[in-house]
Amino acid sequence: MTLVKTKIGRRAFIRNTGLASGGLVIGFSWLASCKMTPEQVKSLPDEWFELNGYLKVGDNGMVTIMSPNPEIGQNVKTSMPMIVAEELDTAWKDVIVEQAPLNTDIFTRQLAGGSQSIRQGWESLRMAGATARHMLKEAAAQAWGVSADEITTKDGVLTHEASGNSAGYGEMASAATSIEVPDEVQLKDNGNFSIIGTDKKNVDGKKIVTGKPLFGLDVYKEGMLTAMIVHPPAFGMKFKSMNAESVKSMPGIKDVFHFEAYPEDTEKRWSDGGAIPELVAIVGDSTWECMQAKKALDVEWEEVSKLESTSYHDQALASLLEKPQEEPARKDGDVDAAFAKAAKIVESTYSAPYLAHNTMEPMNFFAHVTPEKAELLGPIQTPEFLEQTLVSRLGMPAEKIDVMMTRMGGGFGRRLYGTFAVEAAAISQKMNAPVKLVYSREDDMTQGTYRPSYKVKYKAGLDENGNLIAWHVRGAGTNDDLIFENRFPAGAVDNYLAEKHSLETNVTTGAWRAPRSNFIAGAEQAFMDEVAEAAGKDPLEFRLALFDRAINNPVGDPERNDYDAERYAGVLKLVKEKSNWGSETGKARGVAAYYCHNSYVAQVLELEDGGDMPRVDKITCAVDCGIVINPLAAKNQIEGGMIDGIGHSTYSALTFEDGRPEQSNFDTYRLMRHSEAPKNIEVHFVDNGIDPTGLGEPSLPPAIGALSNALYKATGRRYYKQPFINDKPPLVG
Amino acid sequence: MATFTLNINGTKQEVDVDPSTPVLWVLRDHLNLVGTKYGCGIAQCGACTIHLNGTATRACMLTVSSVGNSEITTIEGLSEEGDHPVQKAWLEVDVPQCGYCQAGQIMTASALLEKNPNPTDEEIEMAMNGNICRCGTYTRIKKAVKLAAKS
Repeated sequence: MTLVKTKIGRRAFIRNTGLASGGLVIGFSWLASCKMTPEQVKSLPDEWFELNGYLKVGDNGMVTIMSPNPEIGQNVKTSMPMIVAEELDTAWKDVIVEQAPLNTDIFTRQLAGGSQSIRQGWESLRMAGATARHMLKEAAAQAWGVSADEITTKDGVLTHEASGNSAGYGEMASAATSIEVPDEVQLKDNGNFSIIGTDKKNVDGKKIVTGKPLFGLDVYKEGMLTAMIVHPPAFGMKFKSMNAESVKSMPGIKDVFHFEAYPEDTEKRWSDGGAIPELVAIVGDSTWECMQAKKALDVEWEEVSKLESTSYHDQALASLLEKPQEEPARKDGDVDAAFAKAAKIVESTYSAPYLAHNTMEPMNFFAHVTPEKAELLGPIQTPEFLEQTLVSRLGMPAEKIDVMMTRMGGGFGRRLYGTFAVEAAAISQKMNAPVKLVYSREDDMTQGTYRPSYKVKYKAGLDENGNLIAWHVRGAGTNDDLIFENRFPAGAVDNYLAEKHSLETNVTTGAWRAPRSNFIAGAEQAFMDEVAEAAGKDPLEFRLALFDRAINNPVGDPERNDYDAERYAGVLKLVKEKSNWGSETGKARGVAAYYCHNSYVAQVLELEDGGDMPRVDKITCAVDCGIVINPLAAKNQIEGGMIDGIGHSTYSALTFEDGRPEQSNFDTYRLMRHSEAPKNIEVHFVDNGIDPTGLGEPSLPPAIGALSNALYKATGRRYYKQPFINDKPPLVG
Repeated sequence: MATFTLNINGTKQEVDVDPSTPVLWVLRDHLNLVGTKYGCGIAQCGACTIHLNGTATRACMLTVSSVGNSEITTIEGLSEEGDHPVQKAWLEVDVPQCGYCQAGQIMTASALLEKNPNPTDEEIEMAMNGNICRCGTYTRIKKAVKLAAKS
């Protein structure tokens, strides 16, 4: 066993002294908010004993585990409590999971983003379970007059074999609250896991399939009003005037007003990115009445900065690709000299449009702000940052602000930016009433915070033996400089140059599932295929040879390289084996591999026959994310990520004309549908026992590369411009 | 405003709303039946799918005044204990990620199976094409529909 100091999130393990003397019945917020099944009610204990901020044990052995992080569909509400339950050594069937509110005194990093919840929560979650288990053992040791070291645990039962004593956790829970929190605890060895690594179904599954209120939009409270906003129709415009009087008298409408969501003195942070300072609010009794008033309202807007069109973005990004970066992001060797002596040179430019996040649940938030306190409830990936902004915006100390999280109907990065919650709070404050702010789909799609538009130009040089001797990448994005200069193939090529530019625009952008990687991986992996073909080599073997170079004789300081070449090569080898790469299947196939968000993914993608845009028949995917907490859910993330990447690169785009988004709903913004989805997906994991990393993002980026490469095999065309459905590249050769 | 008596999940419910109000908002804002979701408001995403006399219908563009005596079934009324074969299959396959679109997917799938108990892959895709899943659970949904068809 590993002995670890309980230093991380120590405050979580130190109980409120008021609780230390004995049992305490904990009030359950979810008891009030959801209807329980008869079985659930029957299994509830009479008393709960809180052993630390993460968990409480009932007198009947039931355990409630708090899920600290926001749930956006990445399934942390199941997988994070699994880690606690593992170290507690309780049976999973006896666990009830509850969504924790924002509480920075107890929990570390209550944020959903960057695929980091599992990786960064790993230690503190284990410690929460192990600490409680230690205290239960100590309590039993005292009760039985034996040494705690001789007591074993399994499935929520304490056993002292020599004396024949045995007790359930529930019997010792009260006494355990009086046990001192240990300075260090023993964690299980990886080989002894009984919950981690097993398939566990979504803890909210039953509620989801029966339509129970789980999401922000499902919040309805006594006396609650509905609010909608009207934002400028174009980027570069702001509010000028309106005639609200006739709208105010429409049925069910309480008020219509112009307001500053973010007055100038508001202390903003990155999570307020994309904030529109001035908006119009429509407040009424019901959503439909607000929607009708919104249609009737006539607002005049004025131009305050350039009204940009997609043609401008394309042209400006293309110009940046012609411009060297003054201080290149990374430079190894001399690419110019290498290109001069290269036997072959390959050059290509790839591009992608803006994308909207389009979570199926549009932005919304409940707020009830009174002079005494602020209650915020809704879907948010960054509750802590929201609270900090509210301190400034509402002029209220953090102690008076409660931020609570609902399950989210998707995030994909959009709900990192909680501007909608700040707007809800501002409207509630002004109305002096509880308010739920609801964005229409059109508001949601045209409000901003988009995945940037990107362009990248690659140039590679090969010697007469087909060895890669030079690699030059120059990329540009809108409000984003795109290039990760220390990622592969940096470190594997003698002469390497990475340059990047950002085009400043007034179209707001933000993190969109696997930021930057969601474009650059596909471009890089498609270009790698072009280079391998020019070298006359198998694309998978060509990549493996580069990883051999990075492993055996890395270029430059290997510490600079932002990847582990052995693990990278490991997923390629696994996908090679599992897909029977090299054997003829008669189908067009493409391979790609990428590393981002601390996990490694390789894919072989196979297309059906026929057509300009053939459907994906099968994807074989290999993943190295270290220990897999919940394989059933892990595979779901990986499948979804690949479908997301393939769907968006094939079908989706957001374009602008004079600052106005040209798509505002799913009739014009195309998302992948059932009949276009990959038919079969197979996922394989590398089994290496390394501490776990996340899966919300890493499978998406390479899927676009694997698709491009398979499309080339199927059609003889290299697809350079997303969305591929609109691209008509010429036949190669 | 006008009064309408609706037949929802086997119960008569009276509401006093503007006749142009879509059934989606009557269910959500007036009857506290929030399992039917808002996704697009223009019948493009399927999140609001209900059964109208057994046929999968988008509630976001169905005005309350057009319903008359038709029988409305929502996800809350699909089964009493959440044990409709389609719901059970969804749990067995562990379909949901975020879960937001799934009530709509289940309503479309259950209407399909009612009319066509053994659909081919193509028939499943045709029937389900109006339901978007932004998380990309499409392969699992198809698996669950086929599992439900077997049971």
